[in-house]
Amino acid sequence: MQNLITITIDGKEVQVEDGTLLINAIREAGVDVPSLCYYKHIDPPLGTCRVCTVEVNGRHQASCTTLARNGMNVVVHDDPSLHDTRKAMVEMLFAEGNHFCPACEKSGDCDLQGMGYQLGVNVSRFPHLFVDRIIDYNPKRVVIEHNRCIRCRRCVDEVLTTDGKRVFSFANRGNDTEVAIDYAQEATLTEEQAIHAMHICPTGAILVRGKSLARPFGDRKYDIGELANGETVPVVFPDVHALKNGEKKVIATVSLAGCFGCHMSMLDLDLGILDLVELVEFNKSPLTDIKEFTKKVDVGIIEGGCCNSENVEVLREFRKKCGILVAIGECAIWGGLPAMRNTVPLRECLEEAYLHSFTSEEGAGIIPSHEDIPKILDKVYACSEVVDIDFFIPGCPPSANHIWKVVKNLLFEQEYSVLFSEFKYD
Amino acid sequence: MRPIQLARTQLLNAIWAMHDIKGYLDDSDITQLATLFNTSAVEIEGVVSFYHFFHRQPSGKHTIYLNNSIVSELNGFEEVRLAFEKETGAALGKTDPSGMFGFYETSCIGLSDQEPAALVDFCPIIELTPQKVKTLVSKLKTGSTPLSISDEPRNNIRYTPGERTFILKEYTPGNALARLKDFEPLEVILKIKEAGLMGMGGAFFPTGIKWETCRKSVSNRKFVVCNADEGEPGTFKDRVLLNTMPGLVIEGMALGAYAVGASEGIIYLRAEYRWLKEKIEQTLEDFREKGWLGDHIPAKQPFSFDIRVQLGAGAYVCGEETALLNSLEGKRGEPRTRRYFPVERGYLGKPTLVNNVETFATAARILESGPAKMRELGTKDSPGTKLISISGDCAKPGIYEIEWGMRLGDLLALCEAKDPYYVQVSGPSGVAVSMKERNRRLCKEDLLCGGSFMVLDKTRDMLQILLNFSNFFKHESCGICTPCRAGNFILNRKLEKLQMGLGSLRDLVEIQDWGTTIKQNSRCGLGQLSPNSIVDAIHKFPEYFDQRVDKSGSRLNRGFDMAAAVREYEEAVKE
Repeated sequence: MQNLITITIDGKEVQVEDGTLLINAIREAGVDVPSLCYYKHIDPPLGTCRVCTVEVNGRHQASCTTLARNGMNVVVHDDPSLHDTRKAMVEMLFAEGNHFCPACEKSGDCDLQGMGYQLGVNVSRFPHLFVDRIIDYNPKRVVIEHNRCIRCRRCVDEVLTTDGKRVFSFANRGNDTEVAIDYAQEATLTEEQAIHAMHICPTGAILVRGKSLARPFGDRKYDIGELANGETVPVVFPDVHALKNGEKKVIATVSLAGCFGCHMSMLDLDLGILDLVELVEFNKSPLTDIKEFTKKVDVGIIEGGCCNSENVEVLREFRKKCGILVAIGECAIWGGLPAMRNTVPLRECLEEAYLHSFTSEEGAGIIPSHEDIPKILDKVYACSEVVDIDFFIPGCPPSANHIWKVVKNLLFEQEYSVLFSEFKYD
Repeated sequence: MRPIQLARTQLLNAIWAMHDIKGYLDDSDITQLATLFNTSAVEIEGVVSFYHFFHRQPSGKHTIYLNNSIVSELNGFEEVRLAFEKETGAALGKTDPSGMFGFYETSCIGLSDQEPAALVDFCPIIELTPQKVKTLVSKLKTGSTPLSISDEPRNNIRYTPGERTFILKEYTPGNALARLKDFEPLEVILKIKEAGLMGMGGAFFPTGIKWETCRKSVSNRKFVVCNADEGEPGTFKDRVLLNTMPGLVIEGMALGAYAVGASEGIIYLRAEYRWLKEKIEQTLEDFREKGWLGDHIPAKQPFSFDIRVQLGAGAYVCGEETALLNSLEGKRGEPRTRRYFPVERGYLGKPTLVNNVETFATAARILESGPAKMRELGTKDSPGTKLISISGDCAKPGIYEIEWGMRLGDLLALCEAKDPYYVQVSGPSGVAVSMKERNRRLCKEDLLCGGSFMVLDKTRDMLQILLNFSNFFKHESCGICTPCRAGNFILNRKLEKLQMGLGSLRDLVEIQDWGTTIKQNSRCGLGQLSPNSIVDAIHKFPEYFDQRVDKSGSRLNRGFDMAAAVREYEEAVKE
């Protein structure tokens, strides 16, 4: 090794070779820095996702596009706001695309999802944009799922035909930027090249026909390995002092536009639920079949988002009656699977469901409406778009342990940590 | 580095040549270009779709681009748009059924002092009214050429500081170049350093240091590039410089080339200024005839240098120097990662000096008048003068050559601003200034201004202005990095929410937080500066924003509008 230089990483001096990429220098020093678009042998590095941002001499910089220079002062973890910045980048990517993890072939193998686990993303602070994007079935070997593309550019730079031509390119500009594929060039890819393209895609945007489900759930990249074995997710503790001590706490639950899967998951507490009823009292809830609130409630647990006017009314009532509201599961947090309709105009959805579908009756010409039937909203809203939500538990459904830990924390201010295996979007 | 195909640098010109024939490219054109440049069709598509003046669908026999910048919007964009739609039969963004007209909107075209303005087949038409639109369109329909119906934009040079004028004083061609006979290249750099020249495009990097670094970069080939991609909404000083004294700019480029040891120069001219191209090329020709360009230019050291003009194709981000270099290389105008400075590795990987039009013009004046003269002007940290483009609510919009250090209030008085409320200094990427700051001075010590100076009076709605800026960034982001692409889109939605009256105090806090995230983490200047105007405005105009948000602290989110959310359903079941 020649030309060693000294840089400071989180206060510790380390020596690296002059001209090393900062991201590699940091990792060689045994410090963890997350990254999404960075791919070791693409040179120059892409620098598109900004998830590897660190502070260099007081300024934020993507560590994958910065060369280590002598005397650099680098902060990776010492300033917690940097963690929050990196998390914000990942949340932006979730908010910008249409990422329905429970319905994705790549779930469990997806780097974006894995990054979400690693950084402890339980909700995107940014509202989901729900832009209508297409799924392109035209190519011969692959399917391009534009909803999931994070425009990292890996495929653009990395996937070339045997005679060196590009298969992918960025197209358009601004918020319309997307990855375009060259059908003629794609047709010349070997199966091996196509599978390589699928593998370097950090999300499920490039799928090879017939090859996308090679590994079963449970055996996938983020289901096994270090992360899954005992490591915990950074938890943001809810700052809750609204509850009075002493009295038996009251809980209410509801399922709005959801599938009741989260409630099923709560039942997975098994014997724990017997402990729970010793400690708390359930008010309005499908578990008790109490239909109306009979008193003030300490903690309200919401499953499902808002797809109709009744959901909104119920949610607003929960907000008024409950001290703390917890949104559980993907649907409550940002819309989840029902929000798949958000990129399609409502009228089209209704016509498809009631007028044109195979199962609609011959000659059916009516979209149901009656004063007793709730009105369908133009899109599915996240609970936090309708009322303030205090805490979010992600998952589809969330693990019973995660729910239990959070509820314990809320009721008794017990600290807790969540294992990776308990922290899931799928 | 990836291998570079030289021919690729001609891609933009090749696209233009094909595009000019029928106003768009069809699939066979794309295939033909792909063959010509030995690349895949999708790569050509990628380049074509990046620039908004390139079309893939017919764009009419005559293509009209109406400027949608804020000054245009406040001066009648809407009624002019309606008039164009009515007279041409083409809805905005489309062609009329006969294919005679294509009608589109476009970002600032550098005519903010004579808005609303538009381009017809890239010929400027200014101060549009519905009546004027009617006349123009009927002339086009009866066979007049766009050139014959177009206007000659006024230069509107409103103010120069008398004896102390530095840039816009009378121009005698060749005066600055003549000094090369007395100086070694290093001496030229020394003069620039002594004068304290800074980059006038808005980044204000010390020009002398840039030239010196470029000189030190060892290479058999170096380039000088003039950044004439003046895209910041509200600025038009480079337009006026190129229109009144293109020779001065060319001389400045030649000095730069001599100083750094370059022999090839390129003027990257934004397509919005295509109407200036002929004039610039004619000036280049005159220079060649006089021996001021070409081989053996008279100088103390042997010096050969020539310049070509490269036309852009509509992309604000190409004003960012590394995006500009990519564009020159026939690529998408995406900014490069900052591993190397252009003066180290620029155009085609070679050391490249990129400066703004006004910087080159000022450099020429420094050699002509001497650095001491410039030091007499302005302030200690920002010597000399600056061209300011004033537009908006004032009686005298136009170009002002001011000495650095002038007070904001004095400049507002000079341009006869009526009851100003809000000044956007340096364009949407710049600083929002309230009238409490009228004593601030325009200079490096206090408030720098890249050129754009938009005055807005009390009758204007700030959210309308900010939303216009936000739309601009959403559209003009190159799309390559997350915070700028997604972040500006997200901020745009927030502003829409505020404008609908659905905002809360929390929205204001989030806009500031998220704006900071975008600023800190974007890849290039576009993203890093894009939230400035909105973050500043919320900070400086609390009395305005206070009235527009819910402060009740209600935990029911006011942003959710039940009536609006069920409207679509109610309409669907009505039938």
